[in-house]
This record gives sequence, structure tokens and C-alpha cells, in this order.
Amino acid sequence: MGIRFILMVNKQGQTRLAQYYEWLTLEERRALEGEIVRKCLARNEQQCSFVEHRNYKIVYRRYASLFFLVGVDNDENELAILEFIHLLVETMDRHFGNVCELDIMFHLEKAHFMLEEMVMNGCIVETSKSNILSPIQLMEKTS
Amino acid sequence: MNPFSSGTRLRDMIRAIRACKTAAEERAVVRKECAAIRAAINENDQDYRHRNLAKLMFIHMLGYPTHFGQMECLKLIASPGFPEKRIGYLGLMLLLDERQEVLMLVTNSVKQDLNHTNQYIVGLALCALGNICSAEMARDLAPEVERLLQFRDPNIRKKAALCSIRIIKKVPDLAENFINPVAALLKEKHHGVLITGIQLCTDLCKVSSEALEYFRKKCTDGLVRTLRDLVNSPYAPEYDIAGITDPFLHIRLLKLLRVLGQGDADASDAMNDILAQVATKTESNKNAGNAILYECVETIMSIEDNGGLRVLAINILGRFLSNRDNNIRYVALNMLMRAITVDAQAVQRHRATILECVKDSDASIRKRALELVYLLVNESNVKPLTKELVDYLEVSDQDFKGDLTAKICSIIEKFSPEKIWYIDQMLKVLTEAGNFVKDEVWHALVVVISNASDLHGYTVRALFRALQTTAEQESLVRVAVWCIGEYGDLLVNNAGMLNVEDPITVTESDAVDVVESAIKRHTSDLTTKSMALIALLKLSSRFPSCSGRIKDIVVQHKGSLVLELQQRSLEFNSIIEKHQNIRSALVERMPVLDEASFGGRRASSLPNTVSTSNGTAVKLPNGVAKPSAAPLVDLLDLSDDVPAPSSSGGDFLQDLLGVDLAPATQSGTSQAPKAGTDVLLDLLSIGSNPAQDNSVSTPDILSSAQDHKPAIASLDVLAAPSLTQASSSTASNMMDLLDGFAPAPPKPANNGTAYPSIVAFESSSLRLTFNFSKQPGNPQTTMISGTFTNLSSNVFTDFVFQAAVPKFLQLHLDPASGNSLPASGNGTITQSLKVTNSQHGKKPLVMRLRIAYKVDGKDVLEEGQINNFPRDL
Repeated sequence: MGIRFILMVNKQGQTRLAQYYEWLTLEERRALEGEIVRKCLARNEQQCSFVEHRNYKIVYRRYASLFFLVGVDNDENELAILEFIHLLVETMDRHFGNVCELDIMFHLEKAHFMLEEMVMNGCIVETSKSNILSPIQLMEKTS
Repeated sequence: MNPFSSGTRLRDMIRAIRACKTAAEERAVVRKECAAIRAAINENDQDYRHRNLAKLMFIHMLGYPTHFGQMECLKLIASPGFPEKRIGYLGLMLLLDERQEVLMLVTNSVKQDLNHTNQYIVGLALCALGNICSAEMARDLAPEVERLLQFRDPNIRKKAALCSIRIIKKVPDLAENFINPVAALLKEKHHGVLITGIQLCTDLCKVSSEALEYFRKKCTDGLVRTLRDLVNSPYAPEYDIAGITDPFLHIRLLKLLRVLGQGDADASDAMNDILAQVATKTESNKNAGNAILYECVETIMSIEDNGGLRVLAINILGRFLSNRDNNIRYVALNMLMRAITVDAQAVQRHRATILECVKDSDASIRKRALELVYLLVNESNVKPLTKELVDYLEVSDQDFKGDLTAKICSIIEKFSPEKIWYIDQMLKVLTEAGNFVKDEVWHALVVVISNASDLHGYTVRALFRALQTTAEQESLVRVAVWCIGEYGDLLVNNAGMLNVEDPITVTESDAVDVVESAIKRHTSDLTTKSMALIALLKLSSRFPSCSGRIKDIVVQHKGSLVLELQQRSLEFNSIIEKHQNIRSALVERMPVLDEASFGGRRASSLPNTVSTSNGTAVKLPNGVAKPSAAPLVDLLDLSDDVPAPSSSGGDFLQDLLGVDLAPATQSGTSQAPKAGTDVLLDLLSIGSNPAQDNSVSTPDILSSAQDHKPAIASLDVLAAPSLTQASSSTASNMMDLLDGFAPAPPKPANNGTAYPSIVAFESSSLRLTFNFSKQPGNPQTTMISGTFTNLSSNVFTDFVFQAAVPKFLQLHLDPASGNSLPASGNGTITQSLKVTNSQHGKKPLVMRLRIAYKVDGKDVLEEGQINNFPRDL
């Protein structure tokens, strides 16, 4: 429901972060990631950010070397998801400071924590950056 | 120290993996790492557990199996420290899913954590539960979650709300418990709680209709007020995105209002003002604003009708359409498709823009625009629209051509105002994209062509011209070859010229050239070549001067490795050489194919449960022979007395041309049409064509259709008796055929003479014998006494006999002597029939029968056709 999965993939097609809100086996996931990434990477700048794949839609956006792909149900508002992707990037940017692909790679668990605060079970939970980051900052202070 | 020991930090492992140049190297690194982790797990290493789990998660993301780490997650969750719990829960959510039994072990830990004093830990547990709980866990822990819905900390409340969503989804029965707390949630001020409360509310309404009613009555006003506050609120730095306060909340509220307002006029009224306000006041220069407007338009379209709002909505969509941003245009096209059902007029105004979108460079937009155009077509605008689409067909991409062609063809078919326009457009489409055109489409085209008798000349000339220019499109070649074969004489004589045509001189040999090149081309497939062979046969009859040349061409395929071509070549060669006298009769102009019945057959897809035949092969005197197993039950479409649902479709014409040879499609044509058409009658009436000087007894041409015996067209037998594989009972008929083509000596009118009785129908379990008698002075009427004998060892009950005859016969059935047939010939059932032949002397009797009975309570149905009536009945 709502969001089915969130992927961050670089330009060579390597997955940097994968969060699924519906269960797929490993083979299915790899196949899915391969197909979608190929489709999105092949599109150029002028084309719109929505791709229809099987029975759901993919909303994607490219930030520097990283593609953010969100798979959503057909009745979801695509423009809102685009906004959400931007919100996610801004949140990570605030936490890591000028976030780049390597930051996500080496602090994968923190990226996951942030994503968890924002999306739960496929629904958007929190959209305020300060609210999202406060538990994470607390945790970093203690450790 | 081994660099790959479990002491490796996560980032070192990542570095190592990144340093790998090949996939094999990476696999080796991962394998070593997994081995180290497994060793650490076995040793029950405490210190590095969370580090190992982090590494496992990374490895899992790369796609390697990591199930050995699942117990680690559990142990981490059970440990008291927060970082360990954190990693443990994260691992739980990533590495496990609700189907694993391991999850049950976690239930207790989660329960304890839900009651923990530290609210962050409670939050963790709720998060995990919300993402991954199964139905049993949901049932166990639902009371805890309910309690937490009223916790003092808003963060917990919002997480509890989302957790409840999952619980309700898994266990819909628990929905009632949540209705009351949710109403309280909707009055919150904290955006996080509000947004989750709204989502919970939306899902409750989807799951339970009483919840929907409750919220509709109680909460609509509150929600409207909340939305109004939100829209009018001053700048809030926390939630501000591009100048709008919390657009996500806007959108969620609008969605909930949509659910509440759908189908309910009161609720819709309450929302009108705020929807109008949102629609007009929201700025649309930023994506966030556009997102809100999109949601607003969707809501307006879904709730009860309000004229002013709808106009507003469509105006917004119009603005979206002309926006340069592709995303917005895509979204607008999506919405317009739904708006068409509501207000088609308004959408028509934007037709030009939509047409532009079909040609856009973006694939998603093209697809949507094409679907929208398809919905927009009506009688008044079909011509310009089709012209645009066909023009675009020339320049479109290959992958898009298939879609585009299919849509254009269905538009042309549904809305064509006149036949000549239809034929023109279809020719254009075939020329451009014939390879993408489906079989039914060009079959339909052929039907239409045959019906438009005044356009025959025009059509065949246009096709000839088209073939000169492009000859790679298979469908075009097939249709052209068929038409040239049929109407070749019109082509050469320039008959039936219309004003718009340019004169064109085509000689007979030109026509034969064209067909010959169709055969010779190496890209032609089997269907095309077969059709070309038939066309050549027809031409050899219409253009006698080219007969010799045609014979040479046909003979070349005598040795073809493909059975179909070889068979046709031999037969046609034989006809050309030895049977000149019947050739012209064979390849006469085809009768007009009944469009209505063809359309009906295509449309109806009811499987004919009555029919026991499989596959249909309609044999025409045109000599189209289908060697594959296919009884001839179609030919005699004796509808009147036999009630039966109309057949399934699509391939009546295909059989007519005898063209489709692929066995795979037989299943689609497996219903014998019994619906009334006169098509076949026309075929039968060929026998009475005055041009004929011999009485072609067409029923005899039909091989007797014993359903379970493969029936070979009798016309096979014409040319090459050695090829006959017909069952023995038809052999005698076949021989008659050849002799019967000489003008039959007039038979003396035999009144009152005895006619031989025949075995009308015989199957493995049943035999029907007919005895004939005629009353003197009434030669047209025959009394038939039918006797049924049961050949099997089971008793037949509920025995019902039905018969059907073509239109020139009249049939009267007397009641049977009984409806129970004892086994093994111990008794018989008799039934009298009276048949009146209005074409007595010209056409013999022919009848189809259907026998239904029960054996051991099971229904059995047998069908058959009787062709062996004595000639002069």
C-alpha cells in the first residue's frame, strides 16, 4: 500500500540502499532492481520522472551520481512522492552535511534509521526534519 | 591478524568490497566475511555482534543469502542496551519477513519492549511491529498498541497509529477497537500524529464500512476545519516546503475527504468551500503546489457532482497540460482520462493539445496521450484525428508502433462513416505498419471489402498500386493477393472506376507478376504463399491466356517440403490440367461474407458447450483445403431448428480463406457456429447458379462430418484421389462427385418407388437408420422413419433427437416412441420425420442432427450430419 519500496542506485547500477515494504525473495528483488534500473537509467533529462512498470509506478529522481527510485501503487499522487524524495535528500543532507553517495554507503545503518523515521509500512509518517533527526542525534550523542 | 576476522569494522569491509575489480573477487570477499561472521555467531561473541549484523545487512543488500544471521537479530533485540536493540530491530526488519517462523520468537521481546519505560525503545518496538508483524503477532499485541495510541508522547502516538494500520490490515476484525481512539487522534495539533491519524482513518474506512459511516457523520466537519487552518496558517519553519506548510498533510487530508465524500452528498457539500479555496489559492509555480492541486482535482472528480467545482478542476487540468514540465503533463493526462467519464465536452476542448502529446518524445506521455485520444474519438472528429494518427504512424518508434496500430485500427473499425474511407485508411495503415496489424483486423478488412461490391474495382487497383511501392508488410501483401485473385478481372478491365481515381493500365501478366513475386519473396511466410497459390488458381480461370504461365509457377512448389504448399500445388496443378470444365465453377467470385454474423461471431465469445467438434474448417468451392483435423460442421449452418448459442469468434473468416494453418489457433476456433446465418446457404446456392450447366450437388462436396474422424475436404479428392483420407463411408460419395460433374442425366421422377434405407448416423454407441417412403403424387415430401439402436452396454435415458435442415427444406418431427433406449440393441426407439424439399430435383436432402441422452446420470451429446440421403429425395 502506498509506497512499496525505496531504492538508491548509482549510475553503474549498484544498489546503495534498499528498503522494501512488501516481501519479495532475493531473486525477485535482484531481477526487479535490474529491470527498473535499466529503464530509469536509459531515460534522459527531458523525460518525465514517472515510469510505469507492471502494475505499479516508479517515481525517480537523479541527484548527482545517485538515483532515488520509489515504487508506489497506481493510485498514489506522483508529485507528492517527488516531494518526498526531495525531503529525504534534504534530511540526509542536514544530518551528514553535504551528503554524497559515500556517506550513505559507509553509514548505511544511519540512512536506514532516517528512512524508518520517515516511512513506516509504506506510509509517510513524519515530514519535519527536526522531528526526524532528533532521535538519531540523541543516539549519536550517547554512543 | 586476519584482516577478515570478525573484528573488521563495517567500513573496512565496504572498502574491501569496493576495491574488488570483478564479480568473482567480490563473491570471494563476501564469502570470507560470511564465514567469519558465522564463526563469530557460533562462538556467541558478544562484543562484535552489532558490527557483524551491520555487515550482514550490507551483504544482504548486495543480494547474498544471509539467513544464518536471523538468530543474531533476536539475541540483539533481547539485549538491554539501546544501540544493540536498534541494530537488532533494523536487522529484523531487513533480514526477516512476516512469513518466517522465527518471527514468533520475537513476539515476547517486542511485548516487553512495548511496555518499556524508555520511550525510544517503545518507539523501536512499534516501528518494527508496524513494518513486519504477522497476523498472530498482530492479534497478540493489538491491546498494547491500542493503549499506546493514547500515550503522552506524540512520537509514540504517531508510531502507534501506523502500527495500527498494519494490524487492521492483517486482522480486519479488530478494526472496531480502533474507531474511537482514532476520532481523538484527528483532533491533534502535532502534524506527525495528525498525518498518521488520517492515514489510519483512511484505512479504517477502506476496511470497514461502519467505520466509514461513523467518520462521515462525526469527523467531516472537523477535518474541513483542520484543512482550513492548515491552508490559512502562517509560516511554520518546521514543516515548510517551498512556501507551503506541510504539503504532505494537505494531500493526506484531501485524500481522506475524498474517501468520505465519495457517494455521499452531504459530506460533499461540506467540503465544497474548502476545495474551492485550495484550488484557487494554491500557488502552482512549485512542485509542491502542483502536487496539492493534483490531489484537489482528483478529489473534486470523485465526490458528488458540483458543476462549478468541476469546471474549476478541468481548468486546472488544462493549465497543467500546457505546462512545459513533463511530469505535470503526465499527471494531467492521467486525470483527464478520469475526467472524460464526468464531462466529455470539456475534455474535447483540449483535443489539439492532447494530440500534440501523442507525438511527444517521452514514452510515458505518449502512451497516456494515445489512450486518452482513443477515449475522445467520436463520429464527428474521427476523420481528422485518424489522419493525424496515421501521419504520426510513419515517424513513430518501433516499440510504439504496435500500440498505435492497434488503437488506430479499432478506431477506424468502430467509427468509420463510410466504406471507402475505411478501406482507404486501412490501406494506409497496412502500408505503414502491416507487420503490427493483428490477424482479426485484416480479416475484418477482407470482409468489408467483399461487402462493398461497388468498391471492388477501386480497392483492387489501390492495393495494386500500394504493392508497387511497398511490399514488405505481410498483411498488405496478403490482402492484396486475395483481392487480386478475386477481382483480377476488374483490375485489368478498369471496371467500376470512381471519379477520384487515376486511370491505371494493368495487364494480365502484370497481375500475375505481382502474385508471383509474393510467392517468390523469401520473406513471405507460409500463409502468404498459400494465399498466393489460391490467387493464382483464381487468376488462371479469370485470365485463361496466362494459364500456362501460372501452371509453371504452381508446379514449382510440387516438391516443397511444406506439406501445405505441396498439397495445394499438386491439387491446383491437377485442376488446371485436367479439370478445366469445373475450374471456373470452383473459383467463382466468393459470396458476400455476412458482416453482421462475422461481427457477431467476433464479439461473442461464449464457448459453445453444446458442440463437440473441435476446430472448424469451412470448405469453399474455392478449393481452399485444410488438411488438419476439422469436421465440416460449419458449412451447413442449419440454424432454424437447432437452438444453440452463437459461437465464439473471430476466425470464421480465417477459416473461410482457409488460410490460417497454425494449429495453435485451432483452440480459438473450436466452436462450431450454429447461429443462424445464410452464408453457407449462399454457398449451397451456387449449385443453382444459372451460369452453371451442371448441377453441382454441393452437399456431396462436403465430406460427411463424423465428429471424431478427421474430415478431409472432398475437394482434395477432386484433384488427387490418391490423397483421399476420408473415412470409408464418404468414399462412395467422393466417387460420385467426379462423375456427377458431367451433366447428370435427368432422373425419372420416381413416385412411390422404394428408396434404399440408409444408416444416417453411426457412432460407437448409437446407430440411426432411416427408412424412406414417398406419397404418390407428392414428390416433394418424404416420410422418414428413423430407428435408433443402442450399441453400447449402458442404458440411455432422456433420449432426445433433434434435427436441422437448410432453408429450402421443411422438417416436421413427430414425437418419438420413447425416451429410454435399452442397451446392446435390446430395443429401439422410432421417430417419424416428414421432410418437404422445395428444391426437389435440384438439391438433395441434407440434415444435421443432435442427439442428447443420459448415461449413468451423465449427459452425453452427439452430433452429426447426414449427407448420404438418396439423391432424388
